[in-house]
Amino acid sequence: MDIQLKRGLLDVCVLAAINSEESYGYKIIKDMAPLVELSESTLYTILKRLETANMLTVRTAEHAGRLRKYYRITDAGRRRLEEFKSDWSEMNRIYRFITKEDAQ
Amino acid sequence: MTKQEFLSALGKGLSGLPQNDAAERLSFYSEMIDDRMEEGLSEEEAVAQVGSVDEIVTQTLADTPLSKLVKEKVKPGRKLKAWEIVLLILGAPLWVPLLIAAAAVVFALYVTLWALIVSLWAVFASFVAGAVGGIAGGVAQLVIGNKPQGIALIGAGVCCAGLSIFAFFGCKAATVGAARLTKRFALWLKMRFVKKEEA
Repeated sequence: MDIQLKRGLLDVCVLAAINSEESYGYKIIKDMAPLVELSESTLYTILKRLETANMLTVRTAEHAGRLRKYYRITDAGRRRLEEFKSDWSEMNRIYRFITKEDAQ
Repeated sequence: MTKQEFLSALGKGLSGLPQNDAAERLSFYSEMIDDRMEEGLSEEEAVAQVGSVDEIVTQTLADTPLSKLVKEKVKPGRKLKAWEIVLLILGAPLWVPLLIAAAAVVFALYVTLWALIVSLWAVFASFVAGAVGGIAGGVAQLVIGNKPQGIALIGAGVCCAGLSIFAFFGCKAATVGAARLTKRFALWLKMRFVKKEEA
């Protein structure tokens, strides 16, 4: 897949993975495993990028006697998700236009 | 590889990064290994799943801006003594030009590479211009009745159009190649900064 397109998609996927409730690194990787194989380094970069863009917040909490970082979506993150959905319906129309051309 | 071995190898690989950054990354990978072990994987398996140290270091460097690495590299680990500051200032006529020269070499490499790409596209543009001009000029000649010149000009125009199509694919491939080369060069430059740290 086109690298720019994929990058944008992965950002949105991670936002979606923490949308319903806060989550932690390994859980995000597991949740996304059926869709894409996401490496730890890639996830780290995405989480950092989203944090810098204020689309998620991080908190550290104790879990089983050690520390774990939890990521929670912000309003800006939710807006990004909504934006993506409306972009996508536009993309869908373009896709249908392109595939219709193919069929002829 | 045990978790401890993995983390110390990774710590060494990331030593060119600012300390906070490196520590944050280390704790991230440590958490990833712990979470896998909690799910029932052995330490060995959990470490293997997180990936190889070399790969992580390479990707991390690729993601880190060069300026950050340089800043970390030149940051003294302790306060400079008075005589060191004096030496730095006295030595400025020597090391400042050297630094500028090194930066100039890097800059010149970039400019040369991209100038080549620009010139390739200029060739492409001239073919397109030749095609348009040739065909338009040829038609104009035909209209005023100069048949042989008109046909010759149109023929030349069509040749240019054909060449421009070939040139387009060549230019495109060269641009993609140059972009890739630029990226690899940046990574190589970053590696130099980190490798020196280890030595």
